[in-house]
Amino acid sequence: MVDLDLGPLWLTLQLASATVIVLLLVGTPIAWWLAFTSSRLRTIVEAIVALPIVLPPTVLGFYLLIAFGPHGLIGGPWKDLTGSALSFTFTGLVLASTFYSLPFVVQPLHGAFEAVGKKPLEAAWTLGASKLDTFFTVASPMAIRGYLTAIVLGFAHTLGEFGVVLMVGGNIPGHTKVLSIAIYDHVETLEYAQAHMLSAGLLLFSFIVLLAVYSANRRLPLHVT
Amino acid sequence: MSQLAANFEVTFPTFHLKVSLAVPAEGIIAVFGPSGCGKSTLLRCLAGLERSSSGSMVLNSHIWQDESHGIFVPLSQRSIGYVFQEPRLFPHLNVRANLHYGWKRTSESTRHITLEQVIHVLDIERLLDRLPQSLSGGEQQRVAIGRALLTSPQLLLMDEPLSSLDLQRKREILPFIRRLDSEFHIPIIYVSHDLHEIIELAKTVVLLKEGTVVGSGPIEEVFSQLDLRHLIPENHLGALVDTTVAEQDQKFGLTKLAFSGGHLHVPHQPRQIGERLRVQILAKDVSIISSQPSFQTSVLNLLEATVIEIGKINIEHPFVEIKLDIGCPLLATITRKSLTALQLHPGQRVHAQIKAVALNPETHH
Repeated sequence: MVDLDLGPLWLTLQLASATVIVLLLVGTPIAWWLAFTSSRLRTIVEAIVALPIVLPPTVLGFYLLIAFGPHGLIGGPWKDLTGSALSFTFTGLVLASTFYSLPFVVQPLHGAFEAVGKKPLEAAWTLGASKLDTFFTVASPMAIRGYLTAIVLGFAHTLGEFGVVLMVGGNIPGHTKVLSIAIYDHVETLEYAQAHMLSAGLLLFSFIVLLAVYSANRRLPLHVT
Repeated sequence: MSQLAANFEVTFPTFHLKVSLAVPAEGIIAVFGPSGCGKSTLLRCLAGLERSSSGSMVLNSHIWQDESHGIFVPLSQRSIGYVFQEPRLFPHLNVRANLHYGWKRTSESTRHITLEQVIHVLDIERLLDRLPQSLSGGEQQRVAIGRALLTSPQLLLMDEPLSSLDLQRKREILPFIRRLDSEFHIPIIYVSHDLHEIIELAKTVVLLKEGTVVGSGPIEEVFSQLDLRHLIPENHLGALVDTTVAEQDQKFGLTKLAFSGGHLHVPHQPRQIGERLRVQILAKDVSIISSQPSFQTSVLNLLEATVIEIGKINIEHPFVEIKLDIGCPLLATITRKSLTALQLHPGQRVHAQIKAVALNPETHH
């Protein structure tokens, strides 16, 4: 029996879940704004949101590492506020992953909100619904598939990240040592058996999740009462 | 009497709307004008979907907008029902849930229209458990009307609600809209570019051209106003006459309609005696005879008339419009040559020959 440390697996799942939750909270207003604004800033914001798609993760990781440092743009205020550092911590990883996976959540939501369009929203307002009410009772249910896609892509993308995590998180067991880095470690130390098990596990897990989501998406009744 | 008063001024890159409106808030108030004249924009301003920086909107004593005092009641807090061109039903909710959407958000004290009433008037009982996508366009629009009504609005705005439907469906829905006024007593502002619909429905009409109101008033008056004739397409120019069915002449296949100035004979109408019918007498179908003809005429409808007004004479145009009084206003288009030959002048007693009576679209078969 191979001695396998499952810690990185749980850590990875925690990281991906936390990241998706943060991304939904942050990404929804951004996507909403992108879908309905007529501001000229729209194109600029769209480009910024899409940056992580084209940037090498190490570039993003490098800048985030600097920003998260005790004297960095984000790390400084964070330390003043909470008394702890941001770099090489789980919180730092969640934050970094949020930047890294942002486009994978914002873009599907943006598309979904655009598909909903202004018309049903106006109809809801004329029926006495406030804007927030309209968002939860009309826009969100109508954009449900966009949400599903956003959750899956955000989760999966965070699951697979390596470069950013390595730069920002380091490799601290139980704190920042996620699955992809554990696999890398195993390969480095020629522990192919462990590497195989983790890799195959991740592969299978990813496949099952995607399969479940796509079939659910196809059968998902738009009808919710 | 309840009154709707509104002033708006909004500028878009290609379009300027400057409207001042004061109409009695009862019955169906039709806003008519060609495409792009600002009808829909006016409606959006009334609802509060567009906000004009200088504007006001007062219905009875409710001030919904008064920019000079910084008042702008948000749309969701106005008691306004809105029926759009497209039904805009919520696809994730079934018909019942769609109908409930606005009802649930209306305070109990202001709800005076019930689901049962709406279902009955619009005949949508059997659609309740279906999803909007499975309904026909006409059914969807009926549900949309019901959904708006269930907020028990003080004003119902309808933006060309029939324009996306084919003729068959239009005919199917028109009677429902006509019933709204009598059943629910909610003033309706009805935007349309279809004169048939307006003649069929409206009590008051507002004519809009290039973003301004060029005429408004009771529909019979507006349609017999000579100075507004350029706003009405030539083949639609003609006075409206409210009649009641007086007699069915089975032998000759005719229906006799009574109106304030006498009777009109029209081809048989499948209507009950006493039923009200608004007809239009097109100006081009009316000719004028200076005295009672001593010869026989094949024209059935020959009515005593008084010349009220001679329309503006345009040298480049061979025709001129004459406004007559036959107990109600009547328009006639004659040639300038005839005008000279008959030496028509206001106050003159003449006879009007009506070749045909155009009946409202619902009865055209």
